[in-house]
Amino acid sequence: MEFSRRETLGLALGAAVMTVLPLRASASVVDDRIAEFTGGAEMADTGIELTAPEIAENGNTVPISVDAPGATAIMVLATGNPTPGVATFNFGPLAGSQSASTRIRLAGTQDVVAIAKLADGSFAKASAAVKVTIGGCGG
Amino acid sequence: MASGVKPRVKVPKKATPGEAITIKTLISHQMESGQRKDKEGNVIPRSIINRFTCEFNGQLVTDITIEPAVSTNPYFQFEALVPEAGDFKFTWYDDDGSVYDATKSIAMA
Repeated sequence: MEFSRRETLGLALGAAVMTVLPLRASASVVDDRIAEFTGGAEMADTGIELTAPEIAENGNTVPISVDAPGATAIMVLATGNPTPGVATFNFGPLAGSQSASTRIRLAGTQDVVAIAKLADGSFAKASAAVKVTIGGCGG
Repeated sequence: MASGVKPRVKVPKKATPGEAITIKTLISHQMESGQRKDKEGNVIPRSIINRFTCEFNGQLVTDITIEPAVSTNPYFQFEALVPEAGDFKFTWYDDDGSVYDATKSIAMA
């Protein structure tokens, strides 16, 4: 089988795209998750607070807390993890405040993002950079 | 099923009507993320608790969807409104279909 010049160039381009794609997959997964949660709506910068340590010695248990007064749901994403989802908090009628704390795993130094769905249908986003000394994903 | 799963919950014994109280919950669970490999290089299958809910007298306080990035022994702290005396019901849902629950009563001060 012989390749024309055009076909060969096409193959080379395809191969180049294949090698670049895996590196970018994570970023697009994060965007997909955000789009799924917000439906593509704009996100305000205020109205949500995400508390995370600046430096986490152990990526296996990083304490974080989120607080978004008036939110119905808060989604937390770890943008640098193999799977970015962390947890989604839904608040019922008896929630004393729209806040929660938990401990999460971080694979490495990265940004943690929290997005709140507010009662009026708008969205708010906050992010925090966490420096991780030892990653928390094993092997 | 994951062995040695034990839920632990901290709820105040008494509250005044309408008070927002802080609840702390922890369940011992290894939360296998599905990313780790064993000595032979085989991926250890994911086994986590994927959902946690808290209800008070049948009304929802919080419903949390959990993904593998939540640490071993998942811990949650949140606030709940207590309009009257009653029972908090906490439920954890495991990947393998197991359901763990705990109940705590609260009285009016």
